Amino acid sequence: MTASDLPALNIAELRDLLGRREVSPRAVLEALQSRIAEIDPQIDAYLSIDFDAALEEAARADVTLPLGGVPIAIKDIISVAGQPCTCASKILRNYRAPYDATVVRKLKAAGAIPFGKTNMDEFAMGSSTENSSVKPTRNPWDISRVSGGSSGGSAAAVAADAAFGALGTDTGGSIRQPASLSGVVGFKPSYGRVSRFGLVAFASSFDQAGPLTKTVSDAALLMNAMAGHDPLDSTCLNEAVPDYTANLGRDLRGIRLGLAQEYMIAGVDPKVRAAVDAAVAHFESLGAEIVAVSLPHTEYAVATYYILATAEASANLARFDGVRYGHRAENTRNLFEHYGRTREEGFGPEVKRRIILGTYVLSSGYYEAYYARAQKVRELVRQDFARAFEQVDALVSPTSPVPAFPLGERSVDPLQMYLADIFTIAANLAGICGISLPCGFAQTEDGAQLPIGLQLLGAALDEARILQIAHAYEQSTDWHKKRPPLVANVQRPTRKE
Amino acid sequence: MFCGCRVEFGAAPNSHTCPTCLGLPGALPVMNHEALRLTVLTGLMLGCDIAPLSKFDRKSYFYPDMPKNYQISQYDLPLCANGSVPLHDLAYPKDAQKKIATPEKEVPLVRIHLEEDVAKSFHLENNTAIDFNRAGTPLMEIVSQPEINSPEEAFAFLTALKQILIYGAVSDADMEKGQLRCDCNISVRPAAQQELGAKIEIKNMNSISAVRRALTYEVERQTEALARGEKLEQETRGWDDGAGKTFLMRTKESAHDYRYFAEPDLVPVKTESLLEEVRARLPELPRAKRARFVEQYGVSVYDAAVLAHDLALAAFFEAAAKGARKPKSVANWILNDLQSALAGAGRAIGDCPISPAALDELVNLIESGKISGKQAKEVFSEMFASGKSAAAIVSEKGIEQLNDPTEIETLCEQVIAANPKPVADFRGGNSASLNFLKGQVLKLSKGKANPALVGEILERQLKT
Ligand SMILES: [Zn+2]
Repeated sequence: MTASDLPALNIAELRDLLGRREVSPRAVLEALQSRIAEIDPQIDAYLSIDFDAALEEAARADVTLPLGGVPIAIKDIISVAGQPCTCASKILRNYRAPYDATVVRKLKAAGAIPFGKTNMDEFAMGSSTENSSVKPTRNPWDISRVSGGSSGGSAAAVAADAAFGALGTDTGGSIRQPASLSGVVGFKPSYGRVSRFGLVAFASSFDQAGPLTKTVSDAALLMNAMAGHDPLDSTCLNEAVPDYTANLGRDLRGIRLGLAQEYMIAGVDPKVRAAVDAAVAHFESLGAEIVAVSLPHTEYAVATYYILATAEASANLARFDGVRYGHRAENTRNLFEHYGRTREEGFGPEVKRRIILGTYVLSSGYYEAYYARAQKVRELVRQDFARAFEQVDALVSPTSPVPAFPLGERSVDPLQMYLADIFTIAANLAGICGISLPCGFAQTEDGAQLPIGLQLLGAALDEARILQIAHAYEQSTDWHKKRPPLVANVQRPTRKE
Repeated sequence: MFCGCRVEFGAAPNSHTCPTCLGLPGALPVMNHEALRLTVLTGLMLGCDIAPLSKFDRKSYFYPDMPKNYQISQYDLPLCANGSVPLHDLAYPKDAQKKIATPEKEVPLVRIHLEEDVAKSFHLENNTAIDFNRAGTPLMEIVSQPEINSPEEAFAFLTALKQILIYGAVSDADMEKGQLRCDCNISVRPAAQQELGAKIEIKNMNSISAVRRALTYEVERQTEALARGEKLEQETRGWDDGAGKTFLMRTKESAHDYRYFAEPDLVPVKTESLLEEVRARLPELPRAKRARFVEQYGVSVYDAAVLAHDLALAAFFEAAAKGARKPKSVANWILNDLQSALAGAGRAIGDCPISPAALDELVNLIESGKISGKQAKEVFSEMFASGKSAAAIVSEKGIEQLNDPTEIETLCEQVIAANPKPVADFRGGNSASLNFLKGQVLKLSKGKANPALVGEILERQLKT
């Protein structure tokens, strides 16, 4: 194996080499560094990279640890001490986190090396990474298309072998959807499974950090390090963490998979539909039983989510006021103008739209009609899933109704973008876990192959089973072995978007 | 409230801060269980209903002293509801204790909730500095019903409340240190009018007496305004203690829409297990202590009130009175000689050079006739100055009382022989002469003779 082959490895393969000391953590980092230098200018997955600090950590790395010497990319909404944490927003352009998020601390304790921060939709608000105030991230399978979002940088980096694995956050699908569009595995843990301490909050009762990886077993490896109680996060559950790799390799006999009739909606791309149908048939051939279930409140999920998540966001983002850190407007004459101009200049249009929406639904006179009602619907959605999981082990659906779309195509119509979250969003309302993994490709008119993602949703804290089912599918198909057609050091053609 | 930072009065600005209380991106609040327990304890002491399930809410508004621009507070499910603060005579200002309109009044409460404090702003010449040390420290808000009818009652309410908070070791409740703060809503109305007048809030009072002054000023200002035919509007005013005036801060038009919603970073609190822990910490309350002092130690109602008014004084009294033959005398010594000596020396009871046991010993020396009351005063001064025990001083100075009847007989004989005129007067029916003669005997004994014994022997000798 030559150095240039290293970046194509997954974490498990890399760990084998590191554990046997066939390759040093430093050599791994250097190989990754050159891969990023070759590829990232085409996809713009990264916002910042600190190789010097990473090399120092590599020198100290203990390769006997579960993730010893494995570089991990971190979405720029998760705090890594000493590194920028901008949330791809102008308002935090010069902010560096003074402390480690608990997930980062845990990854470091397991030997991982967080070396760089990935691009995202500003404050995780968006589904295409076009809402980054810095640059959009491009899909490694077709750089004229989006990589999904909001964790688009993490998904693209992993897809392009510019990261062995990455952390993202999922508030309404922000791990699963970009994983689907970029052809990688994206795992959203149940709410409370992973600490939120150090994640810049978008919607506190929805946010969860999770891994984006090349394989299901890599996701399980990262989950082993990330999951578990944290006294610094009151909503983080004090429940024992199983070994997520333990069930991998078990067959699917006796597993019941649910198909929700409410997910058979118009607007799903026929190629996506066909790929998911084929996946369902494949599951049957692996011994799983397919069961029709109903999630009757699905049609309200998107509206409910956009009321509750924006309400929480309107308060969470209030702290960005230029008083203590971050962007501060110059030459303001009074406090009111200071707040107004700082936030006017610092936030992008989608963030402003959601702050205004969230402020509105909490305002006196509207609270009952919007926020209070949405809370009730959220409970109904939760009950939908609870009933479904009495009958089945997991629910199967597309992750996204469409494959990766061209840059600029949807950013003009926010409502269309919101509706595309239909399959992912309910899981965040209900606090359950879910995964997206590759299940096929859709060929475009100009010949590009766009990945299609299969979503499996599981009951709260049933991560181990979802990983087992996903792993069985993955290991009996070849989708995860496909690599995007990126060629090193190619200048990105300039095109107007 | 929601982080592990220390609270210290007078610490260097921004020295006790962390990502949570600075509201840094990604930081989360963590519940302070001791603050929950103390709030529930306060609720129990004030007879409140404790909510079985309580939750926290975000209260949103922009201000530089709020690191997150929302405050974690409690909106619709506060920890405590109802209850009351019992007023008592000594809680009123000294000059108002003689004319209390409604003795033994109980001021009903609306609720008690817990929230995080905001930072402290310092307005400098050209800008504002903010000290975040205080940001995020637990703050318990106690809201009374609008049933306080005078500035003196407001004074008594705060004094009585403060006393209970000290009894429960909830807080030292020192207004000057900001441990107790008070915003007052005050309205006036014509005597015949049923509904309350416009609610005017006053802030920035730094002591309980400042609250009284501010309210007195406001009652006058509002009454005059109404008399002039002006219409009062709901507003917030500040108190300028130096000028002795209130000033307008903001009117109702600038009132906030706080957009309360449930704090998603904290889980709701079930109080069942808290209640069990807290019940064990429930102290004897001032009212019960006053009654018990009267009952158990036979002190007067007034003395019991004075002793119980100060928890440290009450504890000192109990320690001294427990083994005393006459607890009432112990109370007298504490309330008279000890308190004035402490005041003279500028010392607090906690810093008293005489221990309760030492005071008890002194009182026993008097009660058993070892020393006279007059001698005791001398011994007390010496005890207070030197910290020595009464017995040690008595033996050192030889100020033991002369109780030997034979010696006293001799002294009396000498005085009778030397004072034929008063003796004749007494025998002629002027009983006042006895006191003169008694004084002469005591003088002759250099103050050592037992006065009771002297009187007895003199009378007997004169009558024979
Ligand atoms: Zn703190």
